[in-house]
Amino acid sequence: MAIDWLAIAPEVALTVTALLVLAADLALRGDAKQLVNPLAMIGTVVAIVFAVVLWAEAPRVAFEGQYVVDSFAVAFKLLFLGTLLAILAISARYFAEGRYFQGEYYFLLLTAFIGMLLMPSARDLLVLFIALETVSVPAFVMVGMRKRDLYSSEAALKFFLIGVLSAALMLFGMSMVYGFTGTTRLEGIAQALAGDAGSVPLLLGSVMLVIVGFGFKISAVPFHFWAPDTYAGSPLPVAAMLAVASKAAGFAGLLTIAFVAFEPVADVWAPVLGVLAILTMTLGNLVALQQRDLIRLLAYSSIAQAGYMLIPFGLARPGAEVVNQAAVRAVLFYLIAYAVMNVGAFAVAIGVNRRTGERSIRDYAGLGTRSPLLALAMTVFLLSLGGAPLTVGLWAKFAIIEAVAVEVTVFGLVMASFLVVNSVIAFFYYLRVIREIWFEPAAAEAPRLQPALSLSVVVVVLMVGTILLGVLPGLVADPTVVTTFATGG
Amino acid sequence: MSPLGPLLLAALLFSIGVYGVIARRNAVLVLMSVELMLNAVNINLVAFQNLLFPAELAVSGQMFALFIIGVAAAEVGVGLAIVFNLFRNRATVNVDDVDLMRW
Repeated sequence: MAIDWLAIAPEVALTVTALLVLAADLALRGDAKQLVNPLAMIGTVVAIVFAVVLWAEAPRVAFEGQYVVDSFAVAFKLLFLGTLLAILAISARYFAEGRYFQGEYYFLLLTAFIGMLLMPSARDLLVLFIALETVSVPAFVMVGMRKRDLYSSEAALKFFLIGVLSAALMLFGMSMVYGFTGTTRLEGIAQALAGDAGSVPLLLGSVMLVIVGFGFKISAVPFHFWAPDTYAGSPLPVAAMLAVASKAAGFAGLLTIAFVAFEPVADVWAPVLGVLAILTMTLGNLVALQQRDLIRLLAYSSIAQAGYMLIPFGLARPGAEVVNQAAVRAVLFYLIAYAVMNVGAFAVAIGVNRRTGERSIRDYAGLGTRSPLLALAMTVFLLSLGGAPLTVGLWAKFAIIEAVAVEVTVFGLVMASFLVVNSVIAFFYYLRVIREIWFEPAAAEAPRLQPALSLSVVVVVLMVGTILLGVLPGLVADPTVVTTFATGG
Repeated sequence: MSPLGPLLLAALLFSIGVYGVIARRNAVLVLMSVELMLNAVNINLVAFQNLLFPAELAVSGQMFALFIIGVAAAEVGVGLAIVFNLFRNRATVNVDDVDLMRW
């Protein structure tokens, strides 16, 4: 069997880079170990180049249909690789100063991203499972990277136990789906579900179990408990990775499995995911109101954002291709916007945390006078997360409302009204941080902030991106991103 | 042969695993309970493959089981390292004592 190397070129590039990073870490001593960061960046740029080449070549089908690189998958790959580049840039000084295990960290980070790149292309239950575990297992280790820190080891244990439990539940569901349909290919499952098998209650339960596995990754409500503790306990760049990239990977997998394999039974899972969307955003926002730690606030805000992104899933209906395509596009656009603003917010948190070591919202008092750049950037990111005009956050919410409006249903309107009410609630806590930044005096002993050059560059680029996309959302809301989902890959 | 026997065994194992995850407070035993759940999945997959779809050329059920065994080994390796590290820091592996962070 001939292998289509171009179709898997970004993954191969990252794999080679990961191995080179590990070897370089062995060979280098002392301060020279910091060189692994630029090495990882070069590999990421090579992978981005391959992904851009693939954009023109899409769609490609490799491994007898188990691996599909369509424009939807390439869009996700570019999103992941862009996030990886930003996270590498904001990790550089954090890990070099902290004397953590730099080589191991970059190796694990690259490995997790290989899994993410696999996710949107997978068209087989087995490939999806391997991709999910390739994201999860390195993340378990990265969360526990600060070995002597009590919070870090607690965060790792919580994350690990919930992670393996949800993986086991998902696998049980997958095994039952295989038993009913006789195949692990997503298209084959869709064909079998469209036939008689689609009405067996046990099968529908198994479908829900499979969706549970991804619910953990995106921290949807019954499976969200790990998120705040894990973000708060892990090194901050790892928290940024979990909040943005790992969540986007979960959504990529959920989109693939929901709209390719389980599309014929959408009228069963769509209402469930819709109700989960409402619960997730409401609970995330209400608990975020009471947070005093900025990282926990961002964690609950990211739970709420996952709720917004689940809304389009609630709209899905079997056979309604226009509605389903609009739903997929809305989620993709929201994820791009979310990545830009949330990586930015975490980058500012890293810049402030580096000098103060504290991350209570109080520590942001007077940031406007201490570091106008970071203060301005944080304001833009938080306003965008809230969905203020002139930022990309508004258009992201607009994209979801647009998907609701494709075919108006009562349930769709209910979800959209919850979205609007929740956006108002969310402004309370985002504006509380902004008030602290600009209107409270800085503590007298507050150290001067000197963000690293790479971190400043990331912050500025993302801030400009947030506003630029807020003015010209057409730059990424490309209607040519068509999935081959409905046509069966 | 009907797949009922293996299915019942798998369901029983899976339920014991779920019970263990909920009831056990020792992190190592929780880990072992998760292993039980994964092995229930393996029984399911192999039984389905052999009894229901013996003609399937890709033998995807058995392949899946092989991959689960491999991934489960990796997970346990990472999990025991995490539990071991926790024990060195806190001198406990009781999951109820790990409560520095709430809400």
